[in-house]
Amino acid sequence: MSTAIHLSLSEIWRNRGRFVLFSLVVALITVLILFVAALGEGLGTGNRELIENLNAELIVYQDTARLSIASSRIDEDTLRAVRYVDGVRAVGSLGFSSAAVILDGEEEPLDVALIGVEPGKPGEPSVVSGQGLRRKNGDEAIVDRTIAAVAGLEVGDEITLRTLQGDEDEFYTLKVVGISESQKYGIRPSVFAPLYTWDEVRAKGTPGRSTAAPVGNVAAVQLEDPAQMEVLSQQIETRVDGVQAVDRRTAYESTPGYTEQQSTLGTQNAFALLIGVLVIGGFFQIQTLQKVPQIGMLKAIGTPNAIVAVAALLQIVAVTLLGVLIGSAVTLALSLGFPPNIPIVFEPGSAALAVGTIMLMGPLGGLVSVRYSLKVEPLIALGLSA
Amino acid sequence: MRAALEANLVTKQYLSNNSTVYAVEEASFNVEAGEFVALVGPSGSGKTTMLAMLAGLLQPTSGTIAVDGQVLSTMSEAERSGFRRRKIGFTFQSNNLVPYLTVLENVELMLRLNGEHDATGRARARALLVLLGLEERLNALPSQLSGGQQQRVAIARSLINHPSVVLADEPTASLDTERAHQVVQTLANLVHEQGSAGIMVTHDLRMVEYADRVIQMLDGHVDKILSTREDLSCLANPAECRMITPDVIGYSSGAITQMGA
Repeated sequence: MSTAIHLSLSEIWRNRGRFVLFSLVVALITVLILFVAALGEGLGTGNRELIENLNAELIVYQDTARLSIASSRIDEDTLRAVRYVDGVRAVGSLGFSSAAVILDGEEEPLDVALIGVEPGKPGEPSVVSGQGLRRKNGDEAIVDRTIAAVAGLEVGDEITLRTLQGDEDEFYTLKVVGISESQKYGIRPSVFAPLYTWDEVRAKGTPGRSTAAPVGNVAAVQLEDPAQMEVLSQQIETRVDGVQAVDRRTAYESTPGYTEQQSTLGTQNAFALLIGVLVIGGFFQIQTLQKVPQIGMLKAIGTPNAIVAVAALLQIVAVTLLGVLIGSAVTLALSLGFPPNIPIVFEPGSAALAVGTIMLMGPLGGLVSVRYSLKVEPLIALGLSA
Repeated sequence: MRAALEANLVTKQYLSNNSTVYAVEEASFNVEAGEFVALVGPSGSGKTTMLAMLAGLLQPTSGTIAVDGQVLSTMSEAERSGFRRRKIGFTFQSNNLVPYLTVLENVELMLRLNGEHDATGRARARALLVLLGLEERLNALPSQLSGGQQQRVAIARSLINHPSVVLADEPTASLDTERAHQVVQTLANLVHEQGSAGIMVTHDLRMVEYADRVIQMLDGHVDKILSTREDLSCLANPAECRMITPDVIGYSSGAITQMGA
């Protein structure tokens, strides 16, 4: 083993320019893979974050909406019926719309998801600073962390929202009472307003506040026993006419384009990995072909195959490891410079998975060259073939 | 007393275009410990194939080769590899050294492979290289050495483990006359001093003057074994020698004239 390490590291050290250059190629592949993974995570998070973090076990849709939030309407009677199903602890209406937050100075307005929630009921996010919504029709809002960072908002500040009412832009000012964790929906940060306020602010054909109770898009349902989620979803669908109840995962996976987007990025990452494997395999195969006479000589003087194989494998692992470390460091440095509104999320779990996969796939790519070097005949040292 | 190397009726045959070709046919000879033997013959005479079989790199079709009484053909591939590591020293025509190891590291490689890379082994490697005049080049890489220096490093590596048999394949092929003489003389002297059985395959008949015996191969057979000083001198200087003819030594007269010129 020590001889294999000696041979392997001596070759790397005495040809360090070549090996470092190749490590940089591995580093570039690592950066590409990590960025695609981060982009996938960012886009995925941007689409599912709000629903994934919802303080409810089930989401209830209008059954004809086919799990499309925009097409679904859940009125007050339906909400009440859901509330009376045994095992349901609380129900909150959720309204989804969009708006633009007017920023100071010359900056472009920030597009946000405008979410109507019922204060104190499922759907209202917990805050990291400030407090929750207090009045069901108050001119107040909870903004998520991203909006607070981009707009420089603190609790007590006011935000101005712009929406289209009829064919005119209207502006609404709400007081920020709380700041929540990031709660993106549709790749936009979210502003949470009481459902009545939301109904007034949201874009409509006819301006003004409706006289009837506002109708949200879906209902967030908390259960007495979350373990009974599957049973309760069936009971809700049985007991309440015209609804479909699903868990949060099903809900966000049904977001238009979510699955397609994730599978596209997953495929892209798989191809990047495949290219990485081929590049690493190709490099070491070319190197092995160049070293055939040397490998033959080593075998002729009695070097065991195990030493030849371990030395080759160690080089592959060392080059891949160095490349992955450089690539990860570069990616980390780049990620620190990204503004918060760009949907790139370096989630430690998926980054570690990507790095681990490269570390596994790199040596796999190089195994072809290891196998080739094991097949080199020592006779080659004498200019003969078997 | 048993010879260090014994080749007994060694035959190597190949099938080529449905006919049997004999690369080596019923070759028999012994080499004693401390004896330096030159294996000569024209191209295609089977000397490199013979050398490969003596090293256990190639299996004879029939016959036996024994080193220190151990028959190579009864060993597995891995056993032969280990046997070469311990018992056989090698000097090749080219690609002799590991290009990314220094002179000292190349010689020490044999010690590492045999688990003898300790202070004593390292001192022995250094001393051998000093003996070969390479004390100034211990930390040089092979690419920084002349051809003669590279061959001397290879000789040091082949002898560092005190092998029973030292095999050299055309060690002077890429050297000028002066360096060729230096290299072969050094190899012969060290073989004698260490008591190994040395076999050198060579085309260069001028080098046989350092050999104790010459085994001459022709068309796969051992054609002649020359051992007297007179015969060896004639072989090395055929132009000055009337008693040996081209037919006897198996070369065309043109080749002899060229080599002897």
